[in-house]
Amino acid sequence: MASSPAAAPQPALNGWLAGMVANLGGFAMSSVAGIGDVAIFTLQTFGWMFARRQRREVLLPSFYQIGVMSLPVVALTGLFIGMVLAVQSYAQFKALGLETRLGSVINLSLVRELGPVLAATMLAGRVGSAMAAELGTMRVTEQIDALESMGANPIYYLVVPRFLGCLVLIPSLTVMADFMGVLGGYLYSHVLLGIDYHHYWENSRAYVDAFDFLMGLFKSFFFGAAIALVSCHHGFHCSPGAEGVGRAATNAFVHSFVLILVLDLFLGIGLNNLHDFFRPEGPRKLL
Amino acid sequence: MPAAAPATSRATAAADPPVLRVAGLGVRFGSQQVLRDISLDLDAGQTLVVLGESGCGKTVLLKTMIGLVRPTAGDVAFEGRSLARMNDRQLAHLRTKYGFVFQGAALFDSNTIADNVAFPLREHTRLSEREIGEIVGSLVDEVGLPRSVLAKKPVQLSGGMRKRAGLARALALDPQLVLYDEPTTGLDPIMTDVINELILRVRERPRVTSVVVTHDMSTARKVADRIIMLYPLFRLRSDEPQIVFDGTPAELDRTRDPRVRQFIEGRAGNRLTELLEEQGLVARGADEAVDEEDPT
Repeated sequence: MASSPAAAPQPALNGWLAGMVANLGGFAMSSVAGIGDVAIFTLQTFGWMFARRQRREVLLPSFYQIGVMSLPVVALTGLFIGMVLAVQSYAQFKALGLETRLGSVINLSLVRELGPVLAATMLAGRVGSAMAAELGTMRVTEQIDALESMGANPIYYLVVPRFLGCLVLIPSLTVMADFMGVLGGYLYSHVLLGIDYHHYWENSRAYVDAFDFLMGLFKSFFFGAAIALVSCHHGFHCSPGAEGVGRAATNAFVHSFVLILVLDLFLGIGLNNLHDFFRPEGPRKLL
Repeated sequence: MPAAAPATSRATAAADPPVLRVAGLGVRFGSQQVLRDISLDLDAGQTLVVLGESGCGKTVLLKTMIGLVRPTAGDVAFEGRSLARMNDRQLAHLRTKYGFVFQGAALFDSNTIADNVAFPLREHTRLSEREIGEIVGSLVDEVGLPRSVLAKKPVQLSGGMRKRAGLARALALDPQLVLYDEPTTGLDPIMTDVINELILRVRERPRVTSVVVTHDMSTARKVADRIIMLYPLFRLRSDEPQIVFDGTPAELDRTRDPRVRQFIEGRAGNRLTELLEEQGLVARGADEAVDEEDPT
């Protein structure tokens, strides 16, 4: 009996360890189930996209909401990214006497990375959260059940138009963000920093080619698809009540944002390798 | 009386096969069992009212009847065809024979009332817009709505108008089975009776079968041919049936089952004490102590 007080912590430790392993297992199980759920949702979306043609009156409101209504905010985002890049790069380039190369670094950063990623981030907030909140409210107020009860498929009616809208219009908005960023960078560099416009554009032309622009555009298709699928999935699986709708909107943004960053990394690696494969001489050196 | 005794006085029942057969139905959400071993047959032209307190699984039962909730045990069959064995396309086609009136109407917020009522017609028929417009007009007339509401959005309508618009939408495809989920909840007594009258008118349509989920006794007494009462599973022993009453409205009034009497008379009994005990706000057994002190 004398040994029992010393032995007492062992069961407690075992219990704690067992609890931790059980929690870890539960987390792993729910993660796998969640990924499987999104995968099935994605397959259903693709299935319905090709199974039946969308009606114009269903498609147009989604396109209007996603594309037209996002135009001002995306243009403003692009404009400011370009100007901020000029502000941050100028001092470094001036110290080396390479101010005229500012155009190349601003435009290269813009079309390859910052334009597509920041436009997608802005749209994940504006479009993704709105879609999750709208579909979440429809779930909570039984409008999605009503669609099903009338023999209509909610994925065909609610997800496919939003998915197509994001797939087509987020790359288009990315082009807008790129254009406004290029314009903002130039205006700040030329008008406020006094950099010669001829050399600014000449250096831009020399270091930024079509591949850089297309690389950004290519990534934006994936960002658009990710925003639509993640946001619609959160809306469809919204918990009851105002809190559930709020959580769906927040999670839609957070998960879309994380997915955008992950996709950006892997697509960046893949596309750079592709670039090196087709052009083994490599990119021109900036400095 | 009478747990799960079949209702009497349904002469046609023996002749025709049931429109809807629920056999050994069980529904579980995670660890929570909501429905257990529910069996009932619904005859053509019958109006079944499902009574029960909040949380007893009435709406879940209604949604399993149309396949919106998949049962974890048992089966639901419409005209002899099992819903569980149908693929999505077959289930979608089957649902054109149903009309579902949701508790909050569930009208599409972004569409006008005209578009809401026209939705099933556009989805499942090849009618022209002019023909659809005529049908939509006659449907809103039938539920007593003015034609001026057709151009309005659901948020611009009162609760009673929304429910009637939901009923008009549910009737658009001339359904064989109409399911009502708490059709009178949240309405004033006059509008409640208007909805009851509308349910009766729908019942007059040839061979329309109805299931009305409600906890409103005035609705139950007015529209029902047959009433069943569900009881929450957590208040039952594992060997007790969940349908604690099955009979006609007259039989309901004569029943001596204390669980049914408590519901139809609207008595709280010791429910408040039980709820406070569950939350730990009152020590367990406090009500018994009070009962002992109170000779009445």
